[in-house]
Amino acid sequence: MSARVGWPAALVVLAAVHLAALGAGFLAPYAPTEQNRTLPYAPPARLRFVDAEGMFHVRPFVYPVTEQGTVTGAYGEDRSRACPVRFLVPGAPYRFAGLLPGHVHLFGVDEPARVFLLGADGFGRDQLSRLLHGAQISLFAGLMATALSLGVGWLLGTLSGFYGRWIDAVLMRSAELFLALPWLYLLFAVRAVLPLSIPPARAFLLLVLVIGLVDWARPARLIRGLVLSARERSYVLAARGFGASDFYLIRRHIAPQTFGLLLTQAALLVPQYILAEVTLSFLGLGVSEPVPSWGNMLADLQHYHVLVSYWWMWVPGLALVPVILAYYALSEALDVRAGAASS
Amino acid sequence: MHGLLLLVGVSVLSFVLVELAPGDYFAEMRLDPRISEATVHALRSRYGLDRPLPERYARWLASLAKGELGYSFAYGQPVGPLLWPRLRNTLLLTVTATALAWLLAVPLGTWWATRPRGPADAGLTGLTAMLLALPDLVLVLGLLLFAVRTGWFPVGGMVSLGHEQMPWGARVKDVAFHLVLPVTALVLGVVPALVRYVRASVADALGAPFVRAARAHGIPERRVLFRHVLPAAANPLISLFGLSLAGLLSMSLLVEVVMSWPGLGPLLLEAILARDFHLVLGPVLASTVLLLGGNLLADLVLAVADPRIRTEER
Repeated sequence: MSARVGWPAALVVLAAVHLAALGAGFLAPYAPTEQNRTLPYAPPARLRFVDAEGMFHVRPFVYPVTEQGTVTGAYGEDRSRACPVRFLVPGAPYRFAGLLPGHVHLFGVDEPARVFLLGADGFGRDQLSRLLHGAQISLFAGLMATALSLGVGWLLGTLSGFYGRWIDAVLMRSAELFLALPWLYLLFAVRAVLPLSIPPARAFLLLVLVIGLVDWARPARLIRGLVLSARERSYVLAARGFGASDFYLIRRHIAPQTFGLLLTQAALLVPQYILAEVTLSFLGLGVSEPVPSWGNMLADLQHYHVLVSYWWMWVPGLALVPVILAYYALSEALDVRAGAASS
Repeated sequence: MHGLLLLVGVSVLSFVLVELAPGDYFAEMRLDPRISEATVHALRSRYGLDRPLPERYARWLASLAKGELGYSFAYGQPVGPLLWPRLRNTLLLTVTATALAWLLAVPLGTWWATRPRGPADAGLTGLTAMLLALPDLVLVLGLLLFAVRTGWFPVGGMVSLGHEQMPWGARVKDVAFHLVLPVTALVLGVVPALVRYVRASVADALGAPFVRAARAHGIPERRVLFRHVLPAAANPLISLFGLSLAGLLSMSLLVEVVMSWPGLGPLLLEAILARDFHLVLGPVLASTVLLLGGNLLADLVLAVADPRIRTEER
């Protein structure tokens, strides 16, 4: 297959998305849990430059929305008051990248008006703020689970391939057990035995553990194959002849051979694990309200009226598409490179 | 034989896992002040929850042999009768989807392989990439929205109201009508990857020296494709069948829950939420059986299709 262009673009997309997730507190105008009970399913605000009198403003502004009549979700703009968008405004406290405390937000409007660039959910919570904070959960769950799965897979695969005999037999038989189950069923079965209602931070760690540990078998098998062939290379045999220890052999001669495979696998697994987190949270088995994850944000769509009426509730699902595309483009590019290197 | 051993292994593994879980169905009861500690204790001993693990496994095996597969506390009846209709529905869904997906993927992939460059190649590459990147969840929800908006297809469920009163023919039609949406979701979910595999293996076979030789002999292109290339390309595809089934079963879990198809998926989710552990085991084992069955079928077909494998075994 020909090398596809676009892996630099993929890297840029991924870097941007992950940076946005890390800086969620700063980029988001509100705290993800801040409710506005008078504004359920408020539509996305329209940024305007031209006011009702036809005057042009350099600084964009929004008109505040209010519910019209008694029907939920019927909103109208209040044209009499313009709320200019201000930059670097103080607001809800947050931690930048989970570490640095801060309270300045990139943009906002004067209280009590609200600016919901991507609309609001049923509790009047800002979709954009929830999307950005949810990305922290969803994207990093994928990354951490991949690191875990590849770590365990690498260790067991290397042990299995390097030592062979009964270690190999035991490990590979148990790998077959894990592969005999359709993976989502396996994930569910493992999730089933863990407590259901737990605080979000622990739920997040639990999800990472479950997703990462359930899928060690596939990388372990691939690594084992590589190690098996690497073990018999003449330079490895030579090093062994000079009295190199097992640890030295693995560290110096075997492990470097597996890094390429690890990288390709990572690009392939991360999107899968992101989707696994989204699926579990969507079904109520993952990170729970009020903490946003892209999965539990989508869960609202299970209600008929939300599915049909409020397109902005689909945003987390649509945000997944470029992320997954970028990871696929990356894994394809890595594949091509690995193929070129080995031939 | 190997498959059977695997199945036993999976059953032990999942049984131990499930039984080691903290809390059980009766743990919730303890929180209820109206139920005394003694009642909970009596219930636990009645269902054998206070016995050691190996004994419970043996009891569970015995009930498996009777086709009961343990006891569901939430439903107050053996798991077996709950499981069979669900298994049948999931089979109906996945078998239909698998058949359609392959019927679509093989011709399309072959056609694609014969046109390596040009607009068709670019278009299919883009289309499959898009579909691959579309999360299953969004795909399913999108189809639901489509059904709601157009009103062309029933939204969720497997039968309409009054299904029982319908004559036989109308009943089949009713179920088939309800099948359209979930099957479409599954097919759209698995076909992109399948088409790409078919294309790759047909393209591989097309590049083989024997194809050039056949062309040099003046054998018509159509005959080259159908008589020489396709049989050569079939092998990896048949092995892929088992793998595609695993993906399909996983996705079907999600499709069933979102589209409320009364299959294994909703049963499993319900069991998890109720912490009804024997009921969790049922769908998990059933899915393993389905997957192993699919792999076995692939092996058998491979043996029929490829004389080399037949002779190796003798």
